[in-house]
Amino acid sequence: MILLIARRELRSLFAMPSTWFILAILQFIFAWFFLARLEAFLEIQPQLAQLANPPGVTVTIAAPLFFTAGFLLMMLVPMFTMRLIAEERRNQTLALLLSSPLSERHIVLGKFFGLMSFLLALTVMLPAIIYTLALGTTLDHGLILSNCIGLILLTASYVALGLYVSALTSQPVIAAIGALAVLIGLWLADMAATAADSPWHQLSPLYHFQNFNAGLLDSSDAAFFVLFTAFFLLLTMKRLHNNRVYG
Amino acid sequence: MRAHILGYIQDCLQLRSPLTLSNATPEITLSARKLTRSFGKQQVIHDVTLELKRGEVLGLLGHNGAGKSTTLQMLTGCLLPDSGEIEICGINLLKNPAQAKAHLGYLPETAPLYRELSVADFLIFAARLRGIESAEVPGALSQALQRCGLDSVKNKIISTLSKGYQQRTGIAQAIIHRPAVIVLDEPTVGLDPAQIRDIRRLIRELGNTSSVILSTHLLSEVKNVCDRVEIMQHGKLIYGDTSARMQNYGQVSGFTLTLHNPPALSELQNLPGVSEVEQLSATQFRILHPADNNPSGILLSQAAQLGWQLEQLTPLQTSLEDIFVQITGEQEAVKGETE
Repeated sequence: MILLIARRELRSLFAMPSTWFILAILQFIFAWFFLARLEAFLEIQPQLAQLANPPGVTVTIAAPLFFTAGFLLMMLVPMFTMRLIAEERRNQTLALLLSSPLSERHIVLGKFFGLMSFLLALTVMLPAIIYTLALGTTLDHGLILSNCIGLILLTASYVALGLYVSALTSQPVIAAIGALAVLIGLWLADMAATAADSPWHQLSPLYHFQNFNAGLLDSSDAAFFVLFTAFFLLLTMKRLHNNRVYG
Repeated sequence: MRAHILGYIQDCLQLRSPLTLSNATPEITLSARKLTRSFGKQQVIHDVTLELKRGEVLGLLGHNGAGKSTTLQMLTGCLLPDSGEIEICGINLLKNPAQAKAHLGYLPETAPLYRELSVADFLIFAARLRGIESAEVPGALSQALQRCGLDSVKNKIISTLSKGYQQRTGIAQAIIHRPAVIVLDEPTVGLDPAQIRDIRRLIRELGNTSSVILSTHLLSEVKNVCDRVEIMQHGKLIYGDTSARMQNYGQVSGFTLTLHNPPALSELQNLPGVSEVEQLSATQFRILHPADNNPSGILLSQAAQLGWQLEQLTPLQTSLEDIFVQITGEQEAVKGETE
């Protein structure tokens, strides 16, 4: 049942022209950023070579590219999550799901995994771009892997939050703006806190991505993402149940 | 769990065989007891009790805002009642929602369509959602397409279809898994007369094999489609009867009669069964009689024997609108008195 709903979600996504448009734009931005970093790297390479322990090509090109992707997804994910439940509610299709023999768990997880698999396909393009460098140089596979894992966890946390905000309203636009506001709020809380040990940092998903970005697999960061995602998925299920209670 | 649900579906399919249909007491497919529901402080549904037998079409009639849609939402599990019980095919909807809902098809006020999908894709999704095994999906799909007359548009994207076809797609998703109980919320709203006729015919047909409950504020719908009527007002069921009997509600039984060679008034008066005769003109009479004793047969044979030259005999008819206004009006009056 979860799979069924996930597949339906994917199908609807790809049926919309805007999805393809966003995909194209995003690929363009990734490619452009990648080439810009590559050019910068080639320019400073002679100076880097004089250092005792110079940063490699993966650190100078791949890591910033992943971080940019993480930042861009913060803006983009709400555009995708806004439809998930708000639009079902607006088009009255939620009644179909609610009157079918399945529980809130199926609906929420189906939608979550449906969008995740789409975003996964989108982010797979990043390592694909980076591995073109393997033609001319050696890459740090460990760093790329930790970035990939981090980006997937980061995306999952965005999607879970967006899904919950989408469950709160019947207007997709409000869901998008709401999710964006919360994500940017979390990011600003992180940016605005100057002290290195400020608890505000801990709230921001992007902050927890930094260790992955630097090639550090920290279990506490991973735990943050898992808890963050699970928390909002559970809230969404609760919200859908309340839909039946409060109408 | 899945095997369990399938088992129930099979049970229901078997129960639909002609053998069981011919049983003297048809099985009760839906029963709701003492449903109440409030939104905030306002109680919108008061003690609604409903029962539906297999092969029966029940019309839920009422003004806008009478609580019809809320009641149907509760019957389909989209809304939880504050108190009361709902059983579908004997399974408690509130305790075992998944099993109970497998026997349920629901068309809300706005058809729940994923407009970006094609009709066939959407119906396949709906079928799988209701727990039909993938092997049985093609059969169910072709049957639903055929029943709802959607064969010609099955590969079209739903958003490109006309309102009538969209509505049929909405009905198709509600019946594709051949549920025992079909709930339709104002199924003919916004359709043109030809489409309304088609959909009514379809509902009538569905009523032969399943139980159908439909809400409407169109009285002609009740007359043409429903076996039984429940009238709802201010969240209460205020009147329930068979559709035919409702049409006789409060109606004076009688007919107008045109005789070219009329007998004396007293002669008509003395016919068995006639309770009152009124002369409207030289040749026209209005005859009233008790509902259970219709003297028209005797009158016809007398007219032929005695050469009264009968030209016309028209039963008195009050329109369904009158009856509805009468019933809801009476209720208002009762309410006014008690308050």
